[in-house]
Amino acid sequence: MVCFALAVAIWQLVVTLSGVPRFILPGPWLVLQALGGNAALLWQNALWSAGNLALGLSLGIFLGIETALLLTLSRRARWLLRPMLVVAQAVPVFALAPVITLWLGYGMPSKIVTIALVTYFPIASALFDRLMALPPGLRDLAHLSGANRWHETLLLRLPHAVPGLISGLRLAVVYGPLAVLIGEWVGSSRGLGHLMLMANGRGQTALMFAALIVLAALSLLLWSAVEALARWTARRF
Amino acid sequence: MTAPTVHLSGALHGAAGLLIDHFDLILKAGQWNVLLGPSGVGKTSLLRLLAGLPTVARLEGRIATDDDRPLAPRVAMMAQDDQLLPWANAVENVTIPARLRGERADPARAAALLAEVGLRAELRRKPAQLSAGQRQRVTLARTLYEDRPVVLLDEPFSALDVVTRLKMQDLAARLLCGRTVVLITHDPAEALRLADHAWIVSRHGAAPCPLPKTPPPRRIDALETLAAQADLLRRMGLASPAQIA
Repeated sequence: MVCFALAVAIWQLVVTLSGVPRFILPGPWLVLQALGGNAALLWQNALWSAGNLALGLSLGIFLGIETALLLTLSRRARWLLRPMLVVAQAVPVFALAPVITLWLGYGMPSKIVTIALVTYFPIASALFDRLMALPPGLRDLAHLSGANRWHETLLLRLPHAVPGLISGLRLAVVYGPLAVLIGEWVGSSRGLGHLMLMANGRGQTALMFAALIVLAALSLLLWSAVEALARWTARRF
Repeated sequence: MTAPTVHLSGALHGAAGLLIDHFDLILKAGQWNVLLGPSGVGKTSLLRLLAGLPTVARLEGRIATDDDRPLAPRVAMMAQDDQLLPWANAVENVTIPARLRGERADPARAAALLAEVGLRAELRRKPAQLSAGQRQRVTLARTLYEDRPVVLLDEPFSALDVVTRLKMQDLAARLLCGRTVVLITHDPAEALRLADHAWIVSRHGAAPCPLPKTPPPRRIDALETLAAQADLLRRMGLASPAQIA
């Protein structure tokens, strides 16, 4: 909190002392005024972005978990899918976003797919690594008990891999808002990314900063949710 | 449940060459058979071979039972690392082997076994909330829940303090009575307390150890136990069967 207040104070000091024009760098007070004056507009666009983010993240998490489980359960799937995953991850989403928009249009589906693409890989990768790293003692337990691969995965590997899933989620909630911006910058008529582009084009820099602050707040909210989940799972697993 | 006698013979090879030269062990049915030897000699590899667990070691020889039935499905194992699930409570940890086989768990029986090993008040506690000795009691309850005629013990008490170790030895001797037990240890005192039959394992093979005539579990402070321990320590310093003979 002290750091935040200090940063705002330095920001104001820089604006005041340098005399930089408000369309280049508005002061914190101006941004606060833009936040208050455009509350309804910001709220509307934030809801749209948050909705995209929630759906895209959910899809990314679902597909990431499914992929990690499939790779764990099937040697053939590992052989087939792992190289494809690495190659797919090597293509930057920024390059794919225009193609996705071209195929799926300017609406919600293209944003959801972009976000899911960005968040899917860290979840699948972190979870799979942990699923495959069962401690030797538990491997022996599965062997001695006569467990099949499915029961071993469900009862031993999956609970053991929960910290891996949390690591993947931490990365996903950092990349998710970035993917929202990418999707909305490439082509959208709503959302915080769109609002930032519009504000920038009209020289409304304070509004642009206000949209940025709302997006940052959304990211922090997601981060806090994952941290709460991490604390709960640390007690449970 | 009929406990078999197990005949283990041959030579054991590791990744870097010969570990144990020709040995011939008759692990007697319903008794405590102890393999004593320094760390790294290959005792754990022998136990893993008996359990049918993967190991880099290779046995040039045979594992046979007196009833000619396969051994691995009749084996339960307790190791030094307690193999407990950190996220599961004591009852769930006891019933996990059954659930891993897709069988219905019997929590009442698990609770009764936990009470028998002295954990009546700790049924819902997770491993992190238990002491090292209590965790080994949970593992012992799991071994009893499996109800297998052959029990392999891989230095299960070595991480415990002296008093807890003695208590656990007494408990295990009482509860595993009637099963074919194979205990590996590097502690001569533990071997002398628990063994019906004991061998010193070294690179040169497995040499039988003389034991006091009293039945196990033996008193640690009995004169004949102390004398046997001194003798055993001397033999472990000269562990080659040729030298011992």
